[in-house]
Amino acid sequence: MSILLTIAHRLAILAYVVFALFPLYWLLKVSVTPNDLLYSEGVRMWPSHATLEHYRYVLENSAFPIFFRNSLIVAGSTALVVTLISSLSGYALSRFTFRGKYAVVALMLITQMFPLVMLVAPIFKMLSPLGLTNSLMGLIIVYTAFNVPFATFLMQSFFDGIPRDLEDSAMIDGASRFTAFRQIILPLTLPGIAATLGFVFTAAWSELLFALMLISGNDSATFPVGLLTFVSKFSVDFGQMMAAGVMALVPACLFFLLIQRYLVQGLTAGAVKG
Amino acid sequence: MTLSTTGSRPRPLKPFARRLADAAEPWLYTAPVLVLIIAVMLVPLILGLSYAFRDIQLLNPFSGGFVGLDHFRELSQDTAFYRALRNTLWWTGASVFLQFFFGLILALLLDKPFAGRGLAQALVFLPWAVPTFLAGLNWAWMFNPVIGPLPHWMVSLGIMSAPNNILADPHLAMWGPIIANVWWGIPFFAITLLAALQAIPRDLYEAAAIDGANPLQRFTSITLPFLAPTIAITVLLRTVWIANFADLIIVMTNGGPADRTQIVASYIFTQAFKRLDFGYASAIALVLLVLLLAYSMVIVVIRQRLIEKD
Repeated sequence: MSILLTIAHRLAILAYVVFALFPLYWLLKVSVTPNDLLYSEGVRMWPSHATLEHYRYVLENSAFPIFFRNSLIVAGSTALVVTLISSLSGYALSRFTFRGKYAVVALMLITQMFPLVMLVAPIFKMLSPLGLTNSLMGLIIVYTAFNVPFATFLMQSFFDGIPRDLEDSAMIDGASRFTAFRQIILPLTLPGIAATLGFVFTAAWSELLFALMLISGNDSATFPVGLLTFVSKFSVDFGQMMAAGVMALVPACLFFLLIQRYLVQGLTAGAVKG
Repeated sequence: MTLSTTGSRPRPLKPFARRLADAAEPWLYTAPVLVLIIAVMLVPLILGLSYAFRDIQLLNPFSGGFVGLDHFRELSQDTAFYRALRNTLWWTGASVFLQFFFGLILALLLDKPFAGRGLAQALVFLPWAVPTFLAGLNWAWMFNPVIGPLPHWMVSLGIMSAPNNILADPHLAMWGPIIANVWWGIPFFAITLLAALQAIPRDLYEAAAIDGANPLQRFTSITLPFLAPTIAITVLLRTVWIANFADLIIVMTNGGPADRTQIVASYIFTQAFKRLDFGYASAIALVLLVLLLAYSMVIVVIRQRLIEKD
């Protein structure tokens, strides 16, 4: 009975793994299938011969390297800035009691409730006289603001897990609070910082609607915008589109694999506390 | 240790400048975040609310005047909007239910220790890291009979009579984005529920087992009550989030065929992005906001009632 249960358990896990990975596997498969085999070997699990031709073509003859660079700049800067400033605000929410604290928390909660799609039009109207449409800077500012509330709550939960005595004793020894924060608390929060970086990077790397609205033209297009334009223009070249898709997948997955073991840990700590 | 040296000295009254600095300290830490949120989220939100009552068309330099409730009058006669509203219910309900159901099962499966759990966990959570636009494209390709296997498999299984693209079929098209959404969203529920499961004290289960409770009884009398608060809050948050989540639909079907997959959020985006009618788009957004707030209120009140009953 218990052996049957164990087998059923492993099979169920296997089913989930297959369901999770199969679409990604298929993406990879089509991206290495030569054009002449694409239709004749449509449902085969692996083409009779594989090629990197599509990748070469995309890298050499399309604007994807630029899109890739743009996305890297936008997602990287957003992740850095968000983590920096939300570690400050998360620390404040974790350690200080001050008048107006609830207003701050309420403001951040409100931003999580309303549909961001509401902001598409007004943000476009606000950014365009500032010359921030069609610019990576504009995207970085918008993405930073969108990600800051969640990152603040996340960092707060990590700071809550660190005993106050640590910085209290440092401050009694004469260190300023900011020094104690930088030299004692921040190093202890490194896993939390890594998780926040990963979250925000992935979110900024994936964002589509505001990028579509704010960016036109190839020079400052991010990967999602570039890929969608590519799809609507050359919708027959599946091999190349999927090769580009695989390239868009790689950085997000790398980041995720780095941080995924902190996800459940971090949330468990939060759940125990709350 | 250090307390004794500072404690023996009489404490001087803090000078005014010092007290001011102390009071300002939390605000210094939160200032960058607050400035950004106010400038990039709160101000546009208020502007957006005002657009709902104004005639704002991007390409028309003479637009911008107040039109009162005109947009809402137009909206009340807009059959495309009512269809989008119905589609939103269907899209949100099916997605949340399936994500939650499969996410809960996955969390229960992963809660048992087994060899290779770390790896299995990393792999099943991977879809969550896939950028949503790519998840949408990827599934659209899977449903495409030219390069995807799904239509052919469905024919072999007898679900479909010919290998057609379900995204082009008005009656089935909504299932495309829903399946993509379920694939992408299962990990979120699994992660939160797994975290909540791991916070349940293990000795409760041992005590129940000693008392002779069978696995089903242990599940209903220990696991479920412990998970209930997490379930309530994640389902609430996810429902609101998915109702607003237009990426997959815009990428996979763009609302088509014949508006059968247009949800309110994608309709707003289409009005703003394609027709550049910011006023009308903002009016729809305002209605959506009110509906979502009403929904959240109802859930919160129900939850409160249930807590008071206990």
